[in-house]
Amino acid sequence: MAKLTIDGIEVEVPDGTTILNAARQIGGKIVPPAMCYYSSLKETGGKCRVCLVKVAQGSAKDPRPMPKLVASCRTPVADGMVVQNITSPDVLEARKGVVEMLLINHPLDCPICDQAGECDLQNLSYEHGLSTSRYEFERRTFEKIDIGDKIKLHMTRCILCYRCVFVANQLTKERVHGVLDRGDRAEISTYIQKAVDNDFSGNMIDVCPVGALTDRTFRFKSRVWFTKPMDAHRNCSKCSGKVVLWMKGDDVLRVTGRKDQHGEVKEFICNECRFEHKNINDWTVEGPRHIDHHSVISQNHYEKIDLIKLKKEVERQLEFQSGKKHLTEGNGLTQTDNHENNQG
Amino acid sequence: MGRKLLLEHINEPGIQTFEVYRKKGGYASVEKALKTMKPDDVTEEVKKSGLRGRGGAGFPTGMKWSFIDKKSEKPRYLVCNADESEPGTFKDRYLMEKIPHALIEGMITSSYALGAKTSYIYIRGEYMYVAMILEKAIEEAYAKGFLGKNILGTDYSLDLYVHAGAGAYICGEETALLESLEGKRGNPRLKPPFPAVAGLYACPTVVNNVETIAAVVPIVNMGGDEYSKIGVGKSTGTKLISASGHINKPGVYEIELGVPVEEFIYSEEYCGGIWKGRKLKAVIAGGSSVPILPTDLILKTAKGEPRLMTYESLADGGFATGTMLGSGGFIVLDETASVVENLYTFARFYHHESCGQCSPCREGTGWMEKILHRFRDGHAKKEDIDLLWDVQRKIEGNTICPLGDAAAWPVASAIRHFRKEFEEAVMNSLELAHV
Ligand SMILES: Cc1cc2nc3c(=O)[nH]c(=O)nc-3n(C[C@H](O)[C@H](O)[C@H](O)COP(=O)(O)O)c2cc1C
Ligand code: SF4
Ligand code: FES
Repeated sequence: MAKLTIDGIEVEVPDGTTILNAARQIGGKIVPPAMCYYSSLKETGGKCRVCLVKVAQGSAKDPRPMPKLVASCRTPVADGMVVQNITSPDVLEARKGVVEMLLINHPLDCPICDQAGECDLQNLSYEHGLSTSRYEFERRTFEKIDIGDKIKLHMTRCILCYRCVFVANQLTKERVHGVLDRGDRAEISTYIQKAVDNDFSGNMIDVCPVGALTDRTFRFKSRVWFTKPMDAHRNCSKCSGKVVLWMKGDDVLRVTGRKDQHGEVKEFICNECRFEHKNINDWTVEGPRHIDHHSVISQNHYEKIDLIKLKKEVERQLEFQSGKKHLTEGNGLTQTDNHENNQG
Repeated sequence: MGRKLLLEHINEPGIQTFEVYRKKGGYASVEKALKTMKPDDVTEEVKKSGLRGRGGAGFPTGMKWSFIDKKSEKPRYLVCNADESEPGTFKDRYLMEKIPHALIEGMITSSYALGAKTSYIYIRGEYMYVAMILEKAIEEAYAKGFLGKNILGTDYSLDLYVHAGAGAYICGEETALLESLEGKRGNPRLKPPFPAVAGLYACPTVVNNVETIAAVVPIVNMGGDEYSKIGVGKSTGTKLISASGHINKPGVYEIELGVPVEEFIYSEEYCGGIWKGRKLKAVIAGGSSVPILPTDLILKTAKGEPRLMTYESLADGGFATGTMLGSGGFIVLDETASVVENLYTFARFYHHESCGQCSPCREGTGWMEKILHRFRDGHAKKEDIDLLWDVQRKIEGNTICPLGDAAAWPVASAIRHFRKEFEEAVMNSLELAHV
């Protein structure tokens, strides 16, 4: 076991635990964000750099600080380690920089993106981003492609976390997609647009932190915050059958794996459960899902919001949906500068 | 004249062939090591020699070798880094092309020291003709019994392969190189584990630069102590410098570490002074990634002492007033050269070569190139100087591998020492806007 402090809070964890997981054990605001690490996928992490922290003291034995900020998701703890996350201005500054980098080539098309509302990048930008962009150049774009009949790849939105590559490596028999080219031209793709077709390929959608991989059976059906998440299960020979149904009335619009408070699926589900059972009668519904993650779907979030304002917002959205009003005419919740009320 | 240990016989006709190389004393280190020394004795000599890695970072080679996990049951590998892609660096090519057996001999002696039974030379794809030269030399060495089973009748056996990359600077970073050698995408690995513990195919591995491995030959021949007498302080031995830019005699020079920078630039033995009778403006002393220094700081340290061609002297003053010996890519700019233009070329290179794994480098290198493009093309704004400074600062130290730093340092040092040129570019932009 190793005892360490993170932002002054002491925690004891087994040797070999990463700083990030030690922080998750403490919980709350001192947990570094993570865009590429995924605890249920081996070898993930280290790439996005949003989880950088400062190690002010390496260990009890060797108290020297680490020379650079380190990726907390891949750096193991040591006994007597002193870690600074939100108490270090250097860390916050670097993180702001990383978020800015992630956004300069991002299309910021949240209003038409299926991921909006449950997007890690959106959440991260609210917390650490600038209100304007210092980037004045044309953004990089890619063509959208269908990788198979169930998954849409919108590469322009991708942050190259590599999670979907690890899904294919670790959950499917044969990986048929990967990263082509390099630098900011690097793209997730199948070789010559081959279809990704495999019992577990749908999990690529769940692990994608942004809207780069979306469910073609759900695309543009609804904003996620208008759907109701319900825990449900069925007997399945391929996976645990434990899912979340995203419902509107009695209609099942979408099926996903169950994400924990860090937005991670621990029990991956098969494509049959995900894509083939959109009938409520196929499922045993357990009850409403508590969404702990601080996205707008979270019930907690809505509770704190002014209900009258929310009702207005819903009516406004309906006007847009019915085509009576154009998006640019609006100035609602998503566009207000008053984030005080939005904080869940 | 400085002593030549690597290039002594470079002008000997036919030195490319085994026969001539052998006649000039080649492969003596293999005979000496295999027949009279234990593997650890060879490592000991390398330690004594004070040899430091010639690939850029200058890490003590003997120490690196002693980190290799000898307790593990797994095979051990020696991998030679011949990816040489740092702009301004071309010394490895020269050595391999002109005197290929020097590298092959070094590989055999070093592999013996490390207990490697299979070793690789990873060469950049653009050096295909050099790869052919090496292949031929290896073939000769096999034929003469210096490679293969039971070398020189001892129980030591070694196979040596040349593997060509596909043309990526990032594959010179040692862990990206290993990935590429394994047949994967050349992305740098997260460290730890270091290659000494889990390198090629997760086995203990040493990665060394071409010149480092070639230097093992004279070290074994003359003894580590003798070798360490050449040079100054912790910069021992000789070093190949690729000299380019606005000098009278560009080329590859073998220097004894410790030659004053001024002598290196102006003496007839080396660069022969600045071309066309012009004045020196700046030097990038160790390949494109090290900080650029203006004339006064490259010839003398901030303390006013003459700067020497050593790891320590070039680094004197830190990044505020110093630079690095790096890979020995010595790029000279005369008074007419534009630092901004030169920097743009570098920025474009790093943008092109980033592997794209980590966000600050992937996005930041492209951003810097685009901003510098504005300076170059006359539509930069005053705020762009600070923006550029801030972008490089957000990259440096926050990435997986040092390519991010390598992209940031030239930008930082150019702004630090040549801010006026950036300001002039802004002024020009304003004038252009008024035309
Ligand atoms: C982006 C990048 C490119 C590199 N390219 C080379 C190279 O072309 N040749 C080389 O010897 N070392 C290169 N290096 C350094 C290697 O990672 C490694 O440190 C070196 O091969 C070790 O050999 P040495 O100890 O003999 O210097 C590069 C490092 C980085 C980060
Ligand atoms: S610093 Fe650049 S080259 Fe190195 S791993 Fe990150 S993206 Fe790749
Ligand atoms: S979550 Fe740690 S680097 Fe991405």
